[in-house]
Amino acid sequence: MTQQRTLSRSKSHADGLARGLGWFSIGLGLVEVLAPHRLTRAFGLRGQERVIQAYGWREIATGIGILAAKDPSPWIWGRIGGDALDLATLATGLNDRNHRKENLGVAMASVAGITALDVYCATALAAANRAKPKARPLQDYSRRSGLPRSPDAMRGAASDFVTPADMRAGYPATPRDPVRPGAMSRA
Amino acid sequence: MKALRWQGKHDIRCETVPDPQIEDARDAIIKVTSCAICGSDLHLYNNFIPGMKHGDIMGHEAMGEVVEVGKETKKLKVGDRVVIPFTITCGQCEQCRRGNFSVCETTNRNKAIADKVFGHTTAGLFGYTHLTGGYPGGQAEYLRVPFADTTHVKVPKTLSDEQLLFLSDIFPTGWQGAVQCDIQPTDTVAIWGCGPVGQFAIRSAVLLGAKQVIAIDRVPERLAMAKAGGAITINFESESVIERLNELTGGKGPEKCIDCVGLEAHVSMNHPDTILDRAKQAVMLESDRPHVLREMIYVCRPAGTISIPGVYGGLLDKIPFGAAMNKGLTFRMGQTHVNRWTDDLLRRIEEGQIDPSFVITHTVKLEDGPAYYETFRDKQDSCIKVVLKP
Repeated sequence: MTQQRTLSRSKSHADGLARGLGWFSIGLGLVEVLAPHRLTRAFGLRGQERVIQAYGWREIATGIGILAAKDPSPWIWGRIGGDALDLATLATGLNDRNHRKENLGVAMASVAGITALDVYCATALAAANRAKPKARPLQDYSRRSGLPRSPDAMRGAASDFVTPADMRAGYPATPRDPVRPGAMSRA
Repeated sequence: MKALRWQGKHDIRCETVPDPQIEDARDAIIKVTSCAICGSDLHLYNNFIPGMKHGDIMGHEAMGEVVEVGKETKKLKVGDRVVIPFTITCGQCEQCRRGNFSVCETTNRNKAIADKVFGHTTAGLFGYTHLTGGYPGGQAEYLRVPFADTTHVKVPKTLSDEQLLFLSDIFPTGWQGAVQCDIQPTDTVAIWGCGPVGQFAIRSAVLLGAKQVIAIDRVPERLAMAKAGGAITINFESESVIERLNELTGGKGPEKCIDCVGLEAHVSMNHPDTILDRAKQAVMLESDRPHVLREMIYVCRPAGTISIPGVYGGLLDKIPFGAAMNKGLTFRMGQTHVNRWTDDLLRRIEEGQIDPSFVITHTVKLEDGPAYYETFRDKQDSCIKVVLKP
């Protein structure tokens, strides 16, 4: 059997990573929107529930953007901005009154890790975009008719074609004289 | 042999795979001399149509030379030059005998899956998901053609590959899109989408004698090519399609509307429904973006016809069916019954009525195919149609 070998491919590694980050965004966003009290309790950030929910909606929107866009780069950069906002918000809980500082530390380390992944992804996407072949200037197709004479001269050139019975239109070819209801069916 | 294989969303790879073999006595093997990337291949590339498996060979527009035939293949011999229709047909079932080749009852070898998904099976297709048989496609050096006696169009050696290749799909598809409208000399035909199928629909409507053909798109090169083919053009990014169509038809709307766009309508801030569709698509709440269908139903003249050669894959939201019902619109749609039209279209090419090669903008090696999927999808480099040379 011939050994299978890849000669060329269309997708960069970064595309798959971006997709994964998109789904991660949606998942995290759902948790933030649906369970803000649990999160604020765990991190000692009580009173910030509305903020967490707003961040959740931001995550969901960014996730959909990443999954829906042809080029997810801007959305990944959006995620990086969001990560910075998350870290800043979490940092407000770093005080002696917070008894959940350990949890907060773990959360901040996780966000920092994800931020690093986001930056890697954005950089890799930019590199993949740079590697794409350069486009030529806009081409002029205004003479590409495919017809031997002008379209007006060719209009109806295939009038020898007979539309099959199963594809005939319901719309009468030409309006008829005014008729009484029912007369058309007898015509 | 070399072949372009689907390895996931946005992941087409040119890989070496085993050569195809005769698997059934009715098969033939062809050495592919030219093949093309179709707009509907992009639905697979973008992973909007379910049923692909990693390693599937892409492609349903191919032609070449017969290099081997099965024992029961009678109408082909080694050396024959053939175009291969994308629909695999038995020629004997009730649907084939009615000319409805794209819903052949025999050739889908995954009939049970298709029965479950569609209610009843449709024909087997080359390189187009396991829902339609999972047959390896023609973006390869060699192609196995099942039911070879009926799944081919013999073509003369006097014409070039470029003139003949599109008999495999896009020319008959554009033609059927127009034929389904039963065009009359008084008709205005509006065509959404100036990609390859749209270009052929425009020329078909002109040849079939439409009074006025209007083409709708946003890409300047595509609009220029549409105009060259005889269409009045509307750029939907700078004009209101509905206002312009009403203007051009005395306020009554076009009698005939053709959707050559299908499930991936352009997403634009000017059309908020497309943004919602795209968001729902991204999280699998909707499979298709049917903006064009909505617009056609809205603007079509009452008692008019809507023809849909553009491919749709699954579940569509917010279709104004009330408007369609109350206006008494006729809908005609379906995959193309390729063999029903090819004899006639081949004659028209031979007679010089049309030269289908006008649509080719890029000819590249098969190995360069993966990169050109993206170029074609993004309409970069003025790309309208890519032909691949194995």
